[in-house]
Amino acid sequence: MVSTSVPFAEDVFTWPSDRPQLIGCRCGECNAVFFPMQPSCGQCGSLAMEQELLPTTGTIWAWTTQEFLPKEPYEGGETPETFKGYGVGVIDLDGVVRVEARLTESDPEKLKFGGKVELAIVPFRTDGDTEIVSFAFKPV
Amino acid sequence: MHDVVVLGVGMHPFGRFGAKSAIDMGADAIRLALADAGITWQDVQFAFGGSFEVDNPDAVLGRVGRTGIPFMDVYNGCATAATALELTADGIRSGKFEIGVAVGMDKHPTGAFTSDPVHYAAPSWYGAAGLFLTTKFFGMKINRYMHEHGISHQTLARVAAKNYENGVLNPNAFRRKALSEEQIMASPMLNYPLRHYMFCTPDEGAAAVVLCRADVAKKYTTDPIFLRATALRTRLAGAYEVHTSSALSEDQPAATVFASKAAYESAGIGPEDVDVVQLQDTDAGSEIIHMAENGFCKDGEQEQMLADGDTKIGGRLPINTDGGLIASGEPIGASGLRQIHELVLQLRGRAGERQIPGTPKVGYSQLYGAPGTAGVSIISR
Repeated sequence: MVSTSVPFAEDVFTWPSDRPQLIGCRCGECNAVFFPMQPSCGQCGSLAMEQELLPTTGTIWAWTTQEFLPKEPYEGGETPETFKGYGVGVIDLDGVVRVEARLTESDPEKLKFGGKVELAIVPFRTDGDTEIVSFAFKPV
Repeated sequence: MHDVVVLGVGMHPFGRFGAKSAIDMGADAIRLALADAGITWQDVQFAFGGSFEVDNPDAVLGRVGRTGIPFMDVYNGCATAATALELTADGIRSGKFEIGVAVGMDKHPTGAFTSDPVHYAAPSWYGAAGLFLTTKFFGMKINRYMHEHGISHQTLARVAAKNYENGVLNPNAFRRKALSEEQIMASPMLNYPLRHYMFCTPDEGAAAVVLCRADVAKKYTTDPIFLRATALRTRLAGAYEVHTSSALSEDQPAATVFASKAAYESAGIGPEDVDVVQLQDTDAGSEIIHMAENGFCKDGEQEQMLADGDTKIGGRLPINTDGGLIASGEPIGASGLRQIHELVLQLRGRAGERQIPGTPKVGYSQLYGAPGTAGVSIISR
């Protein structure tokens, strides 16, 4: 995929990429997996953290909706007039780790516990002519 | 280890108080607690002060008397007041001091709490992405809980309606207007399934307690209330908690479960012995989950308990008799000491219009907040 879009933050997902993946890490001592990368292990404190690209599919472990405009440090760029609620979920990435992420779907009728989702790189906001992209999970 | 008595409690009302400073509210709460204990500030040998907004709660010394005592400031999220209480109790249990004060005070701006996510060991982009919101965590947790354990939306409304109803009877509460379940269900959805009137709000206020070594307390009271246990716990790597971008794939219980077990063990008291309860009701869903996490019911039993009115003032297990956080709001530093204040009034039979029936002997309080910290305290006659 050729893209001129720019990720909203560094080291969150592989980009540009034909098959983008979230960039996590695994502890060499206790095998715990975290997202995003962090310098030491949140379970045992070991410094032996290795980068690991995470599965792109998973299931919805928990979900809610965000129906009011978040305060700073939110950078979505909406105003109270233009803001549209979004879905948020905890996604179990094929038993490797659970990650928090926005969902492309915000209709409670369409969000199911255990529902299958896949990673999607989605428009987040524009900065002049540059499109800034972020990550979300999309029901499949 | 020495036994500890709750000798006095005092509280500045929670709400909005114009230009009045948190320090002045803290001073009012201390004066009320001292009067309740029958002592003066000159009798106090040490203190812990908790606050989120006030850098140095010990500045209250400038209002109650600069006696030179050690006064230590603490902040521990929504468990700040439980922390001040535990540290004050430990100072007496250890034999170092005989009489101490725990005080909490806060004066928050309006709206949900916010900060910089990096201070929570969350990634710097976590806030930018629209994920750094405590309210969405609570929405997510109760939504999953309802799905797993068959809790209805109406039960959420019942919890909120109960707490507003109790707030009407509490002169220290912020929200003192009853709201029907219909009004609560008609309020705007903020984080599914949680609606506007199901959440507490940050506000202003202060509360204080005087703790005293049990043998020394005989000088001041013939009817002591004992602080039987305090316990603090933090989250495990497998628990999905506030402000976490990821959790281990295998779920683990929340911090409250461990704090609760530790407090019961230390007190030699079980949930079946408890007569009156204070739980962290950041939102209606939290109260429901915390009922089970603190051992007062099995997962899912809340549905019937709320339908039967079990947790109302006249029910078999009254919870948040002063209206909880939903009616009182949450000045973080003071919130857990408000809980102790209410439990002490109930055990003394002096809670006025909201007094529970019978002769309650055991009171239980629990705090929980970001980034996954819980505190439990148990008092008894």
